[in-house]
Amino acid sequence: MKRALWVLAVLLSHWRRHKMQFATLLIGLIAATALWSGVQAINQQARNAYDRAAATFGGARTPMLVAPDTATFSQELFVKLRRAGWPVSPVLEGRVQVNGHSVRLLGIEPVTLPADVGDAPRLGASDLSSFVAPPGQTLVARETLSDLQEQEGTAPPISSGANLPPLRVLPQLVPGVLVVDIGVAQRLLNKPDQISRLLIGKPKGKPAPLASVVGNQLQRVEPNAETELERLTDSFHLNLTAFGLLSFFVGLFIVNSAVGLAFEQRLPMLRTLRACGASARLVNTVLVIELVALALVAGLIGLVCGYFIAAALLPDVAASLRGLYGAQIPGQLSLRPEWWLAGIGISIAGALVAAATSLIKAIRMPVLATAQPQAWQQSQRRWLILQSLAACAVFAVALLLLQYGQSLIAGFGVLAALMLGAALILPAFLELILLVGQRLARKPLALWFWADSRQQLSGLSLALMALLLALAVNVGVSTMVETFSRTFVGWLNGRLAADVYISASDNAQGVAIRNWLKERSDVQAILSGGRAEAQVRGQPVELLGLPDHALYRERWPLLEAAPRAWTQLVPGNAAFISEQLARRLKIRVGDVIEVPAPGGTWELDIVGIYADYGNPKGQLAVNVAALIRQFPQTPQTRIGLIVAKENIFDLIAALQKQFALDDRSVADQATVKAESIRIFNRTFAVTSALNAFTLGVAGIALLTSLLTLANSRLPQLAPLWAIGITRPRLAAIELTKTLAAALFTSLLAVPLGLLVAWCLIAIVNVKAFGWRLPFHVFPLQLVELVAVALLAALLAALLPMIRLARMQPASLVKVFANER
Amino acid sequence: MLSIRNLSKTFASAGEPVHVLRGIDLDLKAGERIALTGESGSGKSTLLHLIAGLDVADGGTIRLEDTEITKLSDAGRAGLRRDRIGLVFQQFNLIPSLSVADNLAFQARIADRHDAAWSSELIERLGLGNLLKRYPEQLSGGQQQRVAIGRALATKPLLLLADEPTGNLDEATAEDVLALARDLVTRTGCGFLMVTHSLHLAATLDRQVNLHAGRIA
Amino acid sequence: MSADRISRRAFAGGIAALAAVRRAGAQGYAGLGATAEGFAQVTPGKLFAFPGDHGPHPEFRIEWWYLTANLVDANGAACGLQWTLFRQAAQPGPQGEGWANQQVWMAHAAVTRADTHRFSEVFSRGGIGQAGVTAKPFAAWIDDWEMSGTERTGDRTLAPLTLKASGADFSYALTLEADRPVVLQGNGGYSRKSARGQASYYYSQPFYRARGNLTIDDKPVDVSGQAWMDREWSSQPLDADQTGWDWLSLHLASGDKLMLYRLRQKDGKDYPFGNWISAAGDTQMIAGNDIQMIPKATAEVAGHKLPVEWQIAIPSRSFSILCKPLNPKAWMGTGFSYWEGPISFSGTHDGVGYLELTGY
Repeated sequence: MKRALWVLAVLLSHWRRHKMQFATLLIGLIAATALWSGVQAINQQARNAYDRAAATFGGARTPMLVAPDTATFSQELFVKLRRAGWPVSPVLEGRVQVNGHSVRLLGIEPVTLPADVGDAPRLGASDLSSFVAPPGQTLVARETLSDLQEQEGTAPPISSGANLPPLRVLPQLVPGVLVVDIGVAQRLLNKPDQISRLLIGKPKGKPAPLASVVGNQLQRVEPNAETELERLTDSFHLNLTAFGLLSFFVGLFIVNSAVGLAFEQRLPMLRTLRACGASARLVNTVLVIELVALALVAGLIGLVCGYFIAAALLPDVAASLRGLYGAQIPGQLSLRPEWWLAGIGISIAGALVAAATSLIKAIRMPVLATAQPQAWQQSQRRWLILQSLAACAVFAVALLLLQYGQSLIAGFGVLAALMLGAALILPAFLELILLVGQRLARKPLALWFWADSRQQLSGLSLALMALLLALAVNVGVSTMVETFSRTFVGWLNGRLAADVYISASDNAQGVAIRNWLKERSDVQAILSGGRAEAQVRGQPVELLGLPDHALYRERWPLLEAAPRAWTQLVPGNAAFISEQLARRLKIRVGDVIEVPAPGGTWELDIVGIYADYGNPKGQLAVNVAALIRQFPQTPQTRIGLIVAKENIFDLIAALQKQFALDDRSVADQATVKAESIRIFNRTFAVTSALNAFTLGVAGIALLTSLLTLANSRLPQLAPLWAIGITRPRLAAIELTKTLAAALFTSLLAVPLGLLVAWCLIAIVNVKAFGWRLPFHVFPLQLVELVAVALLAALLAALLPMIRLARMQPASLVKVFANER
Repeated sequence: MLSIRNLSKTFASAGEPVHVLRGIDLDLKAGERIALTGESGSGKSTLLHLIAGLDVADGGTIRLEDTEITKLSDAGRAGLRRDRIGLVFQQFNLIPSLSVADNLAFQARIADRHDAAWSSELIERLGLGNLLKRYPEQLSGGQQQRVAIGRALATKPLLLLADEPTGNLDEATAEDVLALARDLVTRTGCGFLMVTHSLHLAATLDRQVNLHAGRIA
Repeated sequence: MSADRISRRAFAGGIAALAAVRRAGAQGYAGLGATAEGFAQVTPGKLFAFPGDHGPHPEFRIEWWYLTANLVDANGAACGLQWTLFRQAAQPGPQGEGWANQQVWMAHAAVTRADTHRFSEVFSRGGIGQAGVTAKPFAAWIDDWEMSGTERTGDRTLAPLTLKASGADFSYALTLEADRPVVLQGNGGYSRKSARGQASYYYSQPFYRARGNLTIDDKPVDVSGQAWMDREWSSQPLDADQTGWDWLSLHLASGDKLMLYRLRQKDGKDYPFGNWISAAGDTQMIAGNDIQMIPKATAEVAGHKLPVEWQIAIPSRSFSILCKPLNPKAWMGTGFSYWEGPISFSGTHDGVGYLELTGY
């Protein structure tokens, strides 16, 4: 033990004399761990939220009984099943409007609720009677309470005029849900004696077969291992994970180059240790221990950084997920111990992988130094050929995936293969350019410039590969975001939108407002819409009621349409379908879709497909009158108005005065649009942030590579100095070389990035979000990115160059003294 | 104390195998100081490496007191070097990131044979007292080799092996360093085997053994 | 997550009072001893009317239908079973329809053999038909557990009845016959529980002959024997300083029946009570100072020390017996936990019965 500690002390003494190297190693490990675990923390947070949502009083995690054809069924079936020994518990679910927000209302029966519905929040013992006995309670998450702008203890009214039971915060409850007693829910939703589903608990004894009790009125639904939300959001998290992984690898590039250099420099030390009697096993063990200890320290720091990264990104991620999928994620980060362990684990594993070649070299090292300096040219050539062959293989995989892959994973696979292949082939590509340069060079210094650049290639290539990847991803992502942004804003502007939106508090007020509006000359058109919800083939689907108005035909674009599509919509047996729903259900114009409605199945011919960017739910657009016929409960409280721009302000003021409507109930189009764009922009804020992080890490990789390289380059530079080239001149040449390498890399990154953008738009987006966008290239953006890359390279190269320019001649002379 | 019998070593090479040592017999008594001479490639360094357990012989035996070095495992040979042998190289092989004091002490420390009194005597005799806080790169060649000798003798080994210890030093410094080494060997009573190509320096030791083409001439 | 849990246990916290008051009770069971405001009061001199009084009395806070049976299987091995339905009103006043109904129901079922003891419990809210009791024709049910009569069931005998219940690892089905009418306990059915006037309405049918089958771990056996049903309801049957009770129902070999209990108070005194029911059905109260109940041996089950053996004497009747449990491990680990199991006794009189121990 003592012996090992002495050996460790000797090994560690190296870092004391090479502080920059040590810092590089730590920075690499910290960056890798921080970004990876930051992303993991966000993913974990989101998954926890989905789990909670799924487990909330028996969501998708509990087996249940539902009616195959109707949304609700009679609670007599519940009693029948209980009396037959079935351990079922009833749930009624619906939506209510509270202060203008539509919220999910869940009615539960706490006495029969299965005890094993997952880690859903539970009521306390003493709370039960206050939950069940009048006036009862409405359990709500703190986030939802503040969304609704209500205080704990108040009993806000819902749109029907009835009041909720007093609100009570239940920590851990999933946001966006109000939980009340089932009796209260039946009253509030006006569904007396109706229930939506029965949760099945652990059976006592042997209940009678289901069919013998309720016939075919109910069917059993097995719990989902993966919830609807998880399926929907998988792609988003995959996206984040891909970024985390990329950053992790870029970090490991740094570790790899730092460790490689450090081990190379310590080989004589290891020999001396062995010569002085430290056994090979002892030295090797201590080497691994040292690495693991460093990884542990860096991992811990990285985790703390990762925590802050996650905490900083989480609000945007939460906004994205809410905007894209309607998933509710708490904005406060809570981490499990597994996260810390996994973070440390990945840091150690990463360090070991990055150091593997160096470790193996050290372990295999004979005590007696016999190795001769290799002919670098020969070995570099072999290395370039091997790497290029590997690149070709990887490109082949990309092609295969592109040809035969169907899933989102395959889409990401194409992306990964493309980038890996490009990174592998980069050194060969640069070598080719340099070789051409060398052939063309005439002056001796220029010749040296090219030749020496080639020699430097192996040392710089890892950093350049990291830069290439970061840049390509940057080009790809910013192209995608820009494309998306333009398409979205164009679509938002082009699609018919009312100039003023009104949300009446109930149907009666809706009628009153409409009558009042009819009298006014400044209102050009009144468009009464409506919305209902249904489950189509297991998917939640929004039904959008459109009024039959000439304006729609002119200004509501369809991606695809049957002839006379708008006319076909009027009778009420046809619908338009949103692009994402059409993709999800694989429905085309001309197909028929069956929608379960309260009165029975509603068959709809699909006569058009429209874009509905940013909507988490699939949507069907139908005639509003038909919608109200099929879904009589549809609130007729939404009114849109077409008004001349100059009259908007006065009209809103008059409406607010006449009907005592607050700002939430009346809005002009500009406000609504601004809100949409705001939500949209946050959607990609995370992607952009991670993008910037990755580029930053690549910059660090470049800097550290150059710094480590700078020391080993003295023997190459000293002879030039000796033959009369000044130090500043040498520094300038070195800088030019670095910038040239960065420039060539950036130029390769541009086409690669565009390819990445194409993959993102044409493959990943379609799979992840359900919509396809037209592909645009933004040249100015590309020029900007290349400039940023060069700036990063310049900054990274500056420090070693300044050091070179200021170097004492003695240091250069020493090169000759030490050369053997 | 050291007894070598019929020792042979062959290196595989691209062409024919090279027989570096062919049936070497050599004895070294306690306190005896032997110079091993011969031209380049005569096998003298290889012989030294085999005795130190840095390399493995193909035939024959090397016995140091009761230990048969040729039968030891890698770990056993490392232990032997650590506890009973001191090694000095032409390239000094100091650890650049350790100070002179730490370089002097570390073999004794990993051998767990650190002796404070002996250590300060060594420092005094080697004249390193005011250099202890320096790092190897701040020392002259002669100073570095003195540190290396100190490190090798700090464990009070049975045998001090030196491979061209003066090869990187000028003539005057070489004589000084070797004189110091001889004194210390006498002081500790250990055996001393030095590889050198300088007949002049070889003559200052008790006995000279000349190696030619892998045999003792 | 915090310790906040709903579920049976929490519910039992509220409904525990029901079990607790079965033979009087202890303070701290949901404050049942505290107030009966808004609920009907138990007063002496009530005239019982059957079948009406077999049904529920929702104007009172708590009520139960409690049946125990001492049985023997085809091989002569003794066993026992329990079937209990409790009702509790969460709020006084008229009971609403559907889920607005504020009645809560709880039931326990158990079987006990010398080598095993199994139990199960269920909960239900009132108002929707998942649990309830009707007087004519008599039926008491919760989920698929039920105790029910037919057109043939006598208003005064409350017989014949069928009884069934099941848990995860046991089930039973019995028919119950009796030819003597139910017996009013205490003073004409008015049963005082403390010196300060806490009381309940209390009658029993101790004369059931039982026959049926019992299944444990999928192995059915035929059983027969005798059973005893208690009916009790009240609004405030407990005194604040009562900590628990020891209760016995005894079937004497002579055909006589004996009900005995002792309410333990914080101050160490207890409030003993007894009723002797002759084989013909006549009842006679036994004075508290005439009853000696002395614990003889304790058993430790689930961390509770329980006096499962008793020396009991009634000097005025030259009655002196030693009671031993069929299975000392008859612990009811339900939401509200207690010990309840079959016993046998010998001494001046022989026979079998049931023992209940609470508040340990």
